[in-house]
Amino acid sequence: MALDEGKDVKGGHDAREYDHQGPFRHVGTRPDRPDGVDKVTGRAHFGADAYAPGMLHAAILRSPHAHARILKIDTSRAEALEGVKAVVTRADFAEGLEGEDWNILENIMAGEKALYDGHAVAAVAATSKFIARDALALIEVEYEILPHVTDVDEAMQPGAPVIREGAAEPGLPEGMHPNVVRYHESGHGDVEAGFAEADLVIQRHFATEATHQGYIEPHACLAQMGPDGRGDLWCTTQGHWNVQKLCASLLGVEASAIRVTASEIGGGFGGKTTVFIEPVAMALARKSGRPVKLVMSREEVFRASGPTSSASMDVRIGMKKDGTMTAAEGTFRLQGGAFPYAPMEFTAMCAFACYDLKHVRQRGFDVMTNRPKQAAYRAPGSPMAAFAVESVVDELCQKLGLDPIEVRLKNAAREGTRASYGPTYPRIGLVETLEAARAHPHYSAPLGPNQGRGIACGFWFNYGGETSVTLALSMDGTVQIAVGTPDIGGSRASMALMAAEELGIPYEDIRVTIADTASLGFNEISHGSRVTYASGLAVIKAARDAKRKLIARAADKWGIDPEAVEWRDGAAWPAGDNAGSFEPLTIREICAEMGATGGPIAGHYEATPEGAGVSFATHIVDAELDPETGKVTILRYTVVQDAGKAVHPSYVEGQFQGGAAQGIGWALNEEYIYGEDGRLQNPGFLDYRIPVASDLPMIDTVIVEVPNPGHPYGVRGVGETSICPPLAAVANAVSNAAGVRLRQLPMRPARILEALEAQTDGEG
Amino acid sequence: MAKVKVHLWSALRAHADGAETVEVEARTIGQMLDALRARYPGLAPALDAGVSVSIDGRIIAASLTEPVAPEQEIWLMQRLKGG
Repeated sequence: MALDEGKDVKGGHDAREYDHQGPFRHVGTRPDRPDGVDKVTGRAHFGADAYAPGMLHAAILRSPHAHARILKIDTSRAEALEGVKAVVTRADFAEGLEGEDWNILENIMAGEKALYDGHAVAAVAATSKFIARDALALIEVEYEILPHVTDVDEAMQPGAPVIREGAAEPGLPEGMHPNVVRYHESGHGDVEAGFAEADLVIQRHFATEATHQGYIEPHACLAQMGPDGRGDLWCTTQGHWNVQKLCASLLGVEASAIRVTASEIGGGFGGKTTVFIEPVAMALARKSGRPVKLVMSREEVFRASGPTSSASMDVRIGMKKDGTMTAAEGTFRLQGGAFPYAPMEFTAMCAFACYDLKHVRQRGFDVMTNRPKQAAYRAPGSPMAAFAVESVVDELCQKLGLDPIEVRLKNAAREGTRASYGPTYPRIGLVETLEAARAHPHYSAPLGPNQGRGIACGFWFNYGGETSVTLALSMDGTVQIAVGTPDIGGSRASMALMAAEELGIPYEDIRVTIADTASLGFNEISHGSRVTYASGLAVIKAARDAKRKLIARAADKWGIDPEAVEWRDGAAWPAGDNAGSFEPLTIREICAEMGATGGPIAGHYEATPEGAGVSFATHIVDAELDPETGKVTILRYTVVQDAGKAVHPSYVEGQFQGGAAQGIGWALNEEYIYGEDGRLQNPGFLDYRIPVASDLPMIDTVIVEVPNPGHPYGVRGVGETSICPPLAAVANAVSNAAGVRLRQLPMRPARILEALEAQTDGEG
Repeated sequence: MAKVKVHLWSALRAHADGAETVEVEARTIGQMLDALRARYPGLAPALDAGVSVSIDGRIIAASLTEPVAPEQEIWLMQRLKGG
């Protein structure tokens, strides 16, 4: 049960959390971010900036084969090289692990088989980076090369190489290949009866490639572990308590033996929610007795840290002539590399979540291939679903001569709608985003030759999770807040704004720090768009806890009951005529005496907020196609999204723009390209092309605010939903410009030209 | 103890005699999941793998102590996470 003393009787994190509708003094303003100067002057410490006396440098030997049995590893020549202090293989990690801990260990250091190109098989720590790399060449690995498969559809076929026997969970349909390891099915109604009511039914096949989160900062860490079995780890991560938990498990030590400190983070987007190198560096530190630094190269990031899944999808939707959707069904096959847990259930559950459907069914298949273990990427699984579903909706609108926003409004999910994944929606904001999009000048702007406009909606669940915050008051009345969620999107500014709002003090009087794992209670990862929601809720509750204590000090000083004191404008005031006549006591005055009036004052909050509201967005995009080269130019882009309440609007807008930019890259250029040999062909930014500033227009944003009942100010997470619509919106725009439907991503120029030529051949 | 009605996602129904909804006695999510395991052992692997629970449209990701009541709409969902 949650520990908030001020909570409601029913669990504390429910619909009754929303208690402050404004007006706000600080929330909604746009002050400079507190970490801004450090970052623009180079003073901020990122993962690779950590150093320690006597530090060694590590390097990892990786499999050159997509699938191979490891017959023998001989490290003796490497260990004999001068300067080499430790070599580790799988034998240096814990045994007997099960479930996802075993999967993660198997991913960070191969056991019996190398399962993908780039899979780690051994690691070296030496006195220099060059010696460590030279030592890798001295490690002799004897492989038995096995047949491989990297395509999701091929991996499901009879006769496909089996990645791992016995990995499938119960509940699979009969006759599945052993590479199919999990299955999801949900929905309601009778879809065939629904399709029978339709005037037009369209069924299409879609495919998306794996993309990487593309964070600028590679994975990096510094590990040390003393002879007493206690260690420290500094690393770039979205969740250092999770790193602590996983390192402890994989090394076979207690969690408290490892203190983890999160560095500043140069992007994560879900890709830094797990571990890749941290347990390896810890194992080397334990074996060598020296601090060990390990930094991935960009090539390693691509080959061996988690991209998203690739997908093969079939979607069928029925519609009446008036635009009413009568039924929908989809089958979504996702590969997540050589391990279970591709997010196919989210793909399935998000697919039709924007629509009020009487008849709907979705199925998902989790498939293993010889690729790296997928990791979360902004709203994992949802963007590809939206690509397939919103493309079919767009085609239905075209064929029936209907306006794409009016059709979406006609069928939009709203409060009381039974969601496609089951439950009944509480208050949600999809209709408001559609209405705002319809009213935006972008939607009615004229288009030129070879230009097309695309519309798409998107959905994501959002998340709460374990959260701990301490808010400590200084002797001068300024405030220091310790949170446990790494700041991946400007959250320190948002935390300070919410504390300033509660305490009635200047934003500049508040410093927010990301505490290490020894300094706070457990904190869930910065994922699921949860930080401004959950850590924000915790900051508000911790500030209210501190206010209660401040009020008690004033009441004690005045000799009246605390109930006769109120807090406003950063001071305690007697509340009402009966309280007596006292000059207000400011936070500075109370804190100056706190040592002599009862001791230090701090507010705390530890709980698992469970009221993260679901989120919707509508995007509009204009694209221009060069029919001779197949090149697509994004001319104009508008994001409309429900933020519940925008605490720092600039960072909300930044999240909207960032999701759109990444989605445009996913739609147009980004893809993992595997050769016939199963090796990744483009592990670098030269050949894996993410959008750069010159590729994009200024992305316009509209913040819709439909309050989330589960947060005191109505906040909804905004970090992920913005990447859900772009794949579909861009595909619809390009398809409308080309006059031919593009159903495979990325829509690179050659693929567009092929589609144009096929259309011409068909006409001829 | 009052009975609550729990909606199952489609793939779970095979382990609950094909039922779309099942009733168990429970006052909290934890009690509800324990009762489901006891009554339908075939559900245990899916429940042990982690589930989220929607109560009147509010998605509870982790809490076992969250109260449940007969008048509420309760759905099991596969465990949520994000990026």
